[in-house]
Amino acid sequence: MTNSTHAQPDSVSSFARIQAGMARRRAAEQRFKMLGRIAVGIGLLFLIVLLGSIVSKGYTAFWQTQMRIDVMLSADEIDPEGTRKAETLRKADYSSLIKQSMREMFPDVSGRRDRFALYGLVSNGAAFDLRDRVMADPSLIGTKVSLWVPADDDVDMLMKGHIDRDAAEGDRRIKDNALGWIEKLEADGRLEMRFNVDFFTKGDSRDPELAGIRGALMGTIFTLMVTLALSFPLGVAAAVYLEEFAPKNKWTDLIEVNINNLAAVPSIVFGLLGLAVFINVFELPRSAPLLGGLVLTLMTLPTIIIASRAALKSVPPSIRDAALGIGASPMQATLFHVIPLALPGMLTGTIIGMAQALGETAPLLMIGMVAFIADVPQGVFDPSTALPVQIYLWADSPERAYVERTSAAIMVLLAFLALMNLVAVLLRKRFERRW
Amino acid sequence: MTQTPILLVLLLALTSAAYYFGCKRAFRVADGHIRRLHSLPGYYGLYVALWAALPALLVLGVWLAMQGSVITRMVVASLPDAIQQLGPDRLNLVVNDIRNLVSGNIVSSDPDAAMLAAAEYYRSLMSISRNALFVVVLVVAGLGGWIGYSKIRVNHRARNGVESIISWLLVACSTVAILTTVGIVLSVLFESMRFFKSVPITEFLFGLEWSPQIALRADQAGSSGAFGAVPLFAGTLLITLIAMTVAVPIGLMSAIYLSEYASAHVRAIAKPLLEVLAGIPTVVYGFFAALTVAPFIRDSGSMLGLDVASESALAAGLVMGMMIIPFVSSLSDDVINAVPQSLREGAYGMGATSSETIRRVIFPAALPGIVGAILLAVSRAIGETMIVVMAAGLASNLTANPLEAVTTVTVQIVTLLVGDQEFDSPKTLAAFALGLVLFLVTLALNFVALYIVRKYREQYD
Amino acid sequence: MSPQGQAMAFKLDGDAAARQPATVGRDVRETVGEVRVNDPRIRCTDINVHYGEKHAIKNISLDVGKGEVLAMIGPSGCGKSTFLRCLNRMNDTVRDCRVTGEILLDGEDINGRHIDVVPLRARVAMVFQKPNPFPKSIYENVAFGPRIHGLCESKSDMDVIVESSLRKANLWDEVKDRLDDVGTGLSGGQQQRLCIARAIAIEPEVILMDEPCSALDPISTAKVEQLIEELRQQYSIVIVTHSMQQAARVSQRTAYFHMGDLIEVSETDRLFIKPRHQLTEDYITGRFG
Repeated sequence: MTNSTHAQPDSVSSFARIQAGMARRRAAEQRFKMLGRIAVGIGLLFLIVLLGSIVSKGYTAFWQTQMRIDVMLSADEIDPEGTRKAETLRKADYSSLIKQSMREMFPDVSGRRDRFALYGLVSNGAAFDLRDRVMADPSLIGTKVSLWVPADDDVDMLMKGHIDRDAAEGDRRIKDNALGWIEKLEADGRLEMRFNVDFFTKGDSRDPELAGIRGALMGTIFTLMVTLALSFPLGVAAAVYLEEFAPKNKWTDLIEVNINNLAAVPSIVFGLLGLAVFINVFELPRSAPLLGGLVLTLMTLPTIIIASRAALKSVPPSIRDAALGIGASPMQATLFHVIPLALPGMLTGTIIGMAQALGETAPLLMIGMVAFIADVPQGVFDPSTALPVQIYLWADSPERAYVERTSAAIMVLLAFLALMNLVAVLLRKRFERRW
Repeated sequence: MTQTPILLVLLLALTSAAYYFGCKRAFRVADGHIRRLHSLPGYYGLYVALWAALPALLVLGVWLAMQGSVITRMVVASLPDAIQQLGPDRLNLVVNDIRNLVSGNIVSSDPDAAMLAAAEYYRSLMSISRNALFVVVLVVAGLGGWIGYSKIRVNHRARNGVESIISWLLVACSTVAILTTVGIVLSVLFESMRFFKSVPITEFLFGLEWSPQIALRADQAGSSGAFGAVPLFAGTLLITLIAMTVAVPIGLMSAIYLSEYASAHVRAIAKPLLEVLAGIPTVVYGFFAALTVAPFIRDSGSMLGLDVASESALAAGLVMGMMIIPFVSSLSDDVINAVPQSLREGAYGMGATSSETIRRVIFPAALPGIVGAILLAVSRAIGETMIVVMAAGLASNLTANPLEAVTTVTVQIVTLLVGDQEFDSPKTLAAFALGLVLFLVTLALNFVALYIVRKYREQYD
Repeated sequence: MSPQGQAMAFKLDGDAAARQPATVGRDVRETVGEVRVNDPRIRCTDINVHYGEKHAIKNISLDVGKGEVLAMIGPSGCGKSTFLRCLNRMNDTVRDCRVTGEILLDGEDINGRHIDVVPLRARVAMVFQKPNPFPKSIYENVAFGPRIHGLCESKSDMDVIVESSLRKANLWDEVKDRLDDVGTGLSGGQQQRLCIARAIAIEPEVILMDEPCSALDPISTAKVEQLIEELRQQYSIVIVTHSMQQAARVSQRTAYFHMGDLIEVSETDRLFIKPRHQLTEDYITGRFG
């Protein structure tokens, strides 16, 4: 042993030194812990601000200002020949009837420009509502009906307080005269906030007050149906092969590395693949959910394969041994014993992959699911958009009223995502098994 | 196309029939003594059914995939020579018009006789193809079923047959992943090669000016637009850097706090909440960045007397960082948890405080894994599209100032490809060249990151 | 092996009939023997440990004397490691673990409210079952403790501490030329001695060893045992072992644990030759355990 001071028992002094340093070290410990708290806090704050800003911007979209108008359905205007044919009824000029009723409500409005502003208070969609009403019940012709129709988006924004009534007239989308009419309508009880049914039942529209998410939602549902129908069997089969049957060699190593890498390839690259291969080589219909589904299948496949392999891996070898031990073939052991046990895990992985596909936007832009499509798609070959793409399109629109609709569409999208994740969590809880 | 479901239903019926007859024949050849058969009767049925269904499905798939391009080619060949002499993009327009005529949509020009004839021809080819498909698929199914049926003997090993067919199917499914990669590589590579024919690769990689729109206007002059991608790379890197500056410290510290300090109760609440951030679609972040964060940054900037662009790199990078926090934190969490408990105890057992243990023992031990996690996060940030499309600028701008607007590789890909495109203009092809760069860079990052993480895990297994 | 150890080993292997029969029956759970010593380093009184619902340590009182090696033996799961971990509050790191009772280190209660575990663990250091060197250089492993505790001001001070600690751990001659190599690259026995060097670099008063040789080969075990014998001059050592031979070779006193109870404590020679409790006798004669 050396003759250094350290060699001698010197614990009193070293203990004293440790004690002396403790205040500094405790402070460092507290600082570090505080940093961790702050980090978690910032993360949670981000989440709250994000969700808060979307909900606060979007909840108003679930209500829509409706206006009560009394329309004289004069037979001369609608059906002068009195045939009551559906074709005639469809082609009649309902918007002039509505204009007339607006004029009656405000008889003292004159001048081209003022009248135009007056007509603008009610949505373009009102004429269609009126038409549907008449076509459903032609006996109304000749009577005076009172009906609620959507007000224009500017009126709606004013009612929701997004347009400041006290601002200078030049800074306001609604001018003073129109403001006067609106106040009169309010006083007459002709303006009312009602639940926005159109938002859930209509397709996209250039008029914010008429725009709904039904078209985009159906597009998303068709796209996800295609994705699910392809990616679940493909993913499970690939996982089963790689986990249960594949020999350990260069080829399977390549597949494995390849799958892990594909899981991290940017989604937009899958869009490029779809554009170059599915559209330009195979000439599949552009903008169709079928195409979207194919691209999203390729994108989610790695997720599903990785999750399914994990599920298969968690089935203990004793199950396989038990089946093989009584004379089952490896295929029988896998199909009838291993897969059923791994199925909940595979389903969970698939749902998570589907949730990923549900929120995906970029590859869909590449394959043309980004056009303005007012019709609700009826099948996987019809041109359509998807919910996230609709959000992107609306977010780009300049009208103030689209902001709340975008936020509301986001809330619907998030609700679906939450639902899917909830199902995945419940599935996992329900079938969780410890071997 | 609407007949395809009917065809599928017919095929299903045929397959079920094949199953039934297969089973029946198995009983018959065994004279009702199942034990004399090699396999259970169901396997014979399955064997016949697979023979009926698989070749037919294969024919159906190939037919549907090829029918469009074959018919187009035949129609083009039937067009008058004058039209065939047109350049490829004009020809594409003509083909589009013909298709629109067929489906009864509005066309861009008044249809002339040749066009109408071509449309008529197209329509007739479509219906021939449709009917032929019907016949061919059903015949192939019938033939396949008959082959399978005739193979049934007492000693026929139906189970082995079925199993080997299934295992081939499994192999085929597992190669889809490979095919996807090959498809990606080929599609971006092929179009990029065409791009590099008109724009030299050195100009693309090292050029300092990016303005593809000019090329469109000066179409006759060919590729007179500037395709120097350096401003895009710089913009991508700037936004990625901002995102990483937000995500790495916050993600790492929250992973450390949640795994080393937080009580089980706090962790059970905070961890899933943070992971919610990862589940939110990127388009939502884009909306948030464009409508909430960017105006906020601009307003607070102008209050400080700074001139902030309304589509600043800072806003996009900040929100992207937010999105990546849970990614970094859950990967780091895995990595930190892989550090053996014995190392923690070793440090605690000598009187190290928690922070000393973390900083001096756990962090160095976990460093390779954390580096791998960060590389994966970088690759994610580089490839992220929607946030930058919605919140970053379109104009290329070579700057390191986060308050200015920059554009990125993904933004340009989307801008160049969304909407109608002619497939031969360098403008469109440039998107594929950008896609190639994006793919190669992220591939390299992922490859290195996954390699590091795997090596790291092996060290502690 | 020390001469005393060889003698003990002989006695253990000797004729069981030479022993006197134990006098305390199997169902008695009070501790038999001398739990107290004069001038203790650590004095434990009525220690109870619960893991959630499980009562792992039941009402144990025991002293650790200065300059002695106290061995704790017993069948696996008997609570000996849990008890050891109470002595420097390592159980704090285990969730749902509750410790009650009084543990006095030099007359001061280590479970007291104002006591910080950091200086406590610097005084009562611990060596673990599996060698756990940090993935750093050999030098940095030893320097870790002095560095975090701020025990030396200069690099040359540190060099002195590292060298003397490695010397005390009988490892210096083997590693002096490769102090910058990673500690995990050493052999198992060297790793464990490195861990001991790491512990003594901070000059503790007590070293707790939790089955330090269970992962080592016999030659490494002999080296560690010899080291323990040398370290006894300076430190109090508490060692948990599953090997009765080892307890007999290295310790002066031995405590026998059984299902959370401390059954018997006495001088090592006496415990192995004349166990007073039937359970102790059952264990050392190999009837179970």
